[in-house]
Amino acid sequence: MYVAVKGGEKAIDAAHEWLAEERRGNPEVPELSVGQIAEQLGLAVDRVMAEASLYDRELASLALKQAQGDVIEAVFLLRAYRTTLPRFGASLSVDTGAMHIDRRISATFKDLPGGQVLGPTYDYTHRLLDFTLAAEGKAPAAPTAVPRDETMPRVLDLLADEGLMEREEAPADESGPVPDLTREPLTYPAGRALRLQGLARGDEGFLLSLGYSTQRGYGRNHPFAGEIRQGTVSVEVEVPELGFAIDIGDVMLTECQSVNQFKGDAVRPAQFTRGYGLVFGRGERKAMAMALVDRALRAEELGEAVQGPAQDEEFVLSHTDNVEASGFVQHLKLPHYVDFQAELQLVRSLRAARVAKKEAAE
Amino acid sequence: MSGVEGYNFAYLDEQTKRMIRRALLKAVAVPGYQVPFASREMPLPYGWGTGGIQVTAAVLGADDTLKVIDQGADDTTNAVSIRRFFAKTAGVATTTRTAEATVIQTRHRIPEQPLTEGQILVYQVPTPEPLRWLEPREAETRVLHALGDYGVMQVELYEDIAIHGKIKRAYDYPVEVAQRYMTSPSPIPKFDNPKLSNSPALQLFGAGREKRIYAIPPHTPVRSLDFEDYPFDVDHPGQPCALCGDRASYLDEIVTDDKGSRMFVCSDTDHCAERRGEIPQ
Repeated sequence: MYVAVKGGEKAIDAAHEWLAEERRGNPEVPELSVGQIAEQLGLAVDRVMAEASLYDRELASLALKQAQGDVIEAVFLLRAYRTTLPRFGASLSVDTGAMHIDRRISATFKDLPGGQVLGPTYDYTHRLLDFTLAAEGKAPAAPTAVPRDETMPRVLDLLADEGLMEREEAPADESGPVPDLTREPLTYPAGRALRLQGLARGDEGFLLSLGYSTQRGYGRNHPFAGEIRQGTVSVEVEVPELGFAIDIGDVMLTECQSVNQFKGDAVRPAQFTRGYGLVFGRGERKAMAMALVDRALRAEELGEAVQGPAQDEEFVLSHTDNVEASGFVQHLKLPHYVDFQAELQLVRSLRAARVAKKEAAE
Repeated sequence: MSGVEGYNFAYLDEQTKRMIRRALLKAVAVPGYQVPFASREMPLPYGWGTGGIQVTAAVLGADDTLKVIDQGADDTTNAVSIRRFFAKTAGVATTTRTAEATVIQTRHRIPEQPLTEGQILVYQVPTPEPLRWLEPREAETRVLHALGDYGVMQVELYEDIAIHGKIKRAYDYPVEVAQRYMTSPSPIPKFDNPKLSNSPALQLFGAGREKRIYAIPPHTPVRSLDFEDYPFDVDHPGQPCALCGDRASYLDEIVTDDKGSRMFVCSDTDHCAERRGEIPQ
């Protein structure tokens, strides 16, 4: 029979076996361990954790190994695992003001309490391929120093103390359930809390381009990098039986707060407003892009004209998720014989009708 | 109970199933209305049937018999993959026979054999919003549905007729369910639209990525949108299936060489095999 589509099961099995072989590569080259990925491909691991919304270096490393380094596939693997986990509750808000700082820079003040701390950054490296890495040269030990100041107040708080920066008001009652877009369907308008959740797990590339678009005039909002800080914070959970909060561990975070102009209106004086970015790990590019997009999405709230895609909440939030996007773009390779057949018939009949009409006219 | 270590029967945990069942009950109570639900990330990609899979997981019981089709066929790769998923995670019996199945998950087709009372047909839906191509914003379309304001679609269909002489929609042809909500039948060919109406089976629609569930309960009238002077009609290539000779089934076109030769065969593989006597009645 010509219509030989039987055998799908066998084909799928064989494809998976071939994939496993491809993943392993040349067996004469030693196999990569999950520990090596966690230690030596740390930024990839960070990105997978951030976009999967699951802080687990070991599982993220495993996902990267299983996905042959394909970050979006790794995010998908980790998310599919995450969704099966029970949700015990919400932690207390983490205090990034009390962060154990690795890096902290401000582009708005030359010096400030706590100082500028570069930390482990690529910023001022010259992008020259380092052939000693290929030759497996040993990394030199980095020098160490005592922090200049243990307390590092957040730059934007300093501005807020002067009344120049809007204050973020905590909700009067924080006992209610924290909204969770992974457990409730998102409806629009979503509001800032859910928006920030969406952005925090959004695709870095998409947010980067959107943030960039605001800098090029599609929803300009005059940003300064008020502060970027990176380091570990402790996560605390209130246990009802105990009646007090306990520390359940540390997470590495990158926070970016942008300082943006606000001209003021009838009720509010001119002051600075902020865009906020917070991501797991050392995701500085993502945190900065997130802050730009967060601020852009506040256009309506601040009475600014909505002119660019980055300012459109429904557009941004419904397209920022790379697992959704990747699935739907790639579903186009699933069979569409039936719909295509229907289209073929339609196009043929439209063309026939046109010919008939032309002939009738002649 | 479950076939896979560490996972619940049919993969989803009972809390999630309960959430989905509540959405399903609401959907059945308000036919054609899109109910938002907290769609989970599934181990299969978005756009590959995650909505249908979640609905199936929520309605499936241990004594159900499951059939999965894609493009009408049981042996297309994605249908195989989803059938295996449930065979593995729920350990339920599977079948390719339409008559034997209690739950049928489908993508893009309704089986040729009329469904019967007690059967559930679960559709995989990519874009649940029939107005999406006319109004991209969810916030807007929800208002249009609430007001029953479907003028924008009427104009669209009218313009098709004015320009092309016929409505230029070959699949995902919009319908009105129970004289109220405009609804997407999912991308089934419009050939299948008449089967939506007054079916004795329960029809459930799941859109995972878009996080919506809707339903057409048994014996519910479904009208394909049309005009009095341009009534709804279906297209057919006008020839019988080359394998079983059926003149009334939906046909796939198979290109057999590069000289323009082609043959038409049933898209519903179970139906075709049965007619050819490959399956004992």
